[in-house]
Amino acid sequence: MTSDRKDEGTPAAAAPRKDAPARVPGQGGGATPVLRLEAVRKTFGRTVVLRDVDLEVAPHTVTALIGASGSGKSTLLRCANLLEEIDDGAIFLDGEEITDPRADPDTVRRRIGVVFQAYNLFPHMTVLDNITLAPRRVHGEPRARAEERARELLERLGLGGKAGEYPDRLSGGQQQRVAIVRALAGRPRLLLLDEITAALDPELVGEVLGVVRDLKEEGMTMVLATHEMGFARDVADQVCFLDGGVVLERGTAAQVFGDPREERTRRFLRRLVEAGRL
Amino acid sequence: MTAGDTASGPHAGAAPVAETTETAGPAGEDRYVPSARRLERERFKRTRARRATAVAALSTLVTGVVLFLAVVNSPGWPRTRETFFSAHYAREALPEVLDGLWLNLRLLVVCGAAVLVLGLLIAVARTLRGPVFFPLRALATAYTDFFRGLPLVICLLMVVFGIPALRLQGVTTDPVLLGGTALVLTYSAYVAEVFRAGIESVHPSQRAAARSLGLNGRQTLRFVVLPQAVRRVVPPLLNDLVSLQKDTGLVSIAGAVDAVYAAQIVASKSFNYTPYVVAGLIFVALTIPATRFTDWVTARMDRRRAQGGIV
Repeated sequence: MTSDRKDEGTPAAAAPRKDAPARVPGQGGGATPVLRLEAVRKTFGRTVVLRDVDLEVAPHTVTALIGASGSGKSTLLRCANLLEEIDDGAIFLDGEEITDPRADPDTVRRRIGVVFQAYNLFPHMTVLDNITLAPRRVHGEPRARAEERARELLERLGLGGKAGEYPDRLSGGQQQRVAIVRALAGRPRLLLLDEITAALDPELVGEVLGVVRDLKEEGMTMVLATHEMGFARDVADQVCFLDGGVVLERGTAAQVFGDPREERTRRFLRRLVEAGRL
Repeated sequence: MTAGDTASGPHAGAAPVAETTETAGPAGEDRYVPSARRLERERFKRTRARRATAVAALSTLVTGVVLFLAVVNSPGWPRTRETFFSAHYAREALPEVLDGLWLNLRLLVVCGAAVLVLGLLIAVARTLRGPVFFPLRALATAYTDFFRGLPLVICLLMVVFGIPALRLQGVTTDPVLLGGTALVLTYSAYVAEVFRAGIESVHPSQRAAARSLGLNGRQTLRFVVLPQAVRRVVPPLLNDLVSLQKDTGLVSIAGAVDAVYAAQIVASKSFNYTPYVVAGLIFVALTIPATRFTDWVTARMDRRRAQGGIV
């Protein structure tokens, strides 16, 4: 089951996956990291949003960015997809610098899938057209093939009957799953998930997180900003705690949640426990 | 108007009644019997609706009679009736005016199409980013600023009499073509601003989503931004087309024989203004369906949006 999923699924699944969970995340283990941030600095006017941020994301691993609102999680993801221009430092995708002004942002973005908090589906297109837009217009796939693959992905995410619907007619959870399919349709090397359950009703969160779990099983490399700590602890190989635009703490989920080194991390987690969120 | 407004009153009041008889059918299944309270409320609403209709009809009648008497009893009325509302001259002018109207309709179709295309191009030019496009952007901005400020009549006079005065080789002196050009020049500026408002109303997150999928700037504009923008501005666009429809009458000042000019010809022969009234009423009769159509499209789009908002 998993093996034939792998063939039609993510291209990343081609590499051996057995070692992925065992490897200490961030330290690479020889393979080139899919995403690497080096001393990244980003400001909006006078506000420093990211300060000297370093991060490594190894192939087939999941990295969770946690931290309070405004700590820079979303900005980090937007910078990685070149939706924001960084002020200093460098970002590498598969070892190649993408923040070089000579690099073509469009070709970089083709290799990265993004899922947004507010879904950002195109309201004037059906679900199927939303999904096949990039494969057809950017990757030049013929309509029939793009649609066939879109239907396959929809079927797999339990949205088989929704291909002809407009996004407005779907529930939030369904819309977000369509957005995930849309991001996957371009066969990305890396998936960025920006608080994808933050706009959902509690009873719809599960269906979306289930999809992310399945993608991890298939070996997809993902970076997710999230407030779902339980989920981050379960699914992430590496957890980064951001505070005021700085990566305060970085390590395995067990280490960051179980034995945080930094006082601020401890305080953040304690607040979450008190609020019943962990 | 008052009658029309309150006329919906009885319908609104009657609706629950129709519903009762409807639900009476399936009531057999879920065993619903309207309560005495509901029946009493509906009786009351029916009575209230009937009273509202009666009041509306009466007040309309009174208003109409007062207006009629005021006009008819004015000191100059017999003379005015002869000059503006003469059945004889109306009959004489009607075929000529209708003949001329054909020109207005052709102008509307051709100019309308040209205005939509040119307006969209200018709007897109104004939203282009990047240093290469600076001259285009500046030109488009200057164009809209200039032609939105310039009164249409002056624009017409300049184009219709100015261009032939240049005596350029191969440039037309046909008043219809030149008049149409002037209409297109002015209306494109308005329509470009309508389109631009639509383009800017598309939320930046839509652009971000498109770019994140790898679409380039042009593809984003074409497949994501413009389709949403155009849909949103359909009502104001139709409004501008209604306005263009009546302004085609202005080409008469260039000497093109349209409905207005045809009326003028008849009027100047007889010193009677009835032909103008005939032409005016025909224009009104033409714009009313267009205006109603605009209202209908707007209402339909609002309903759609509201539906989307519920989910």
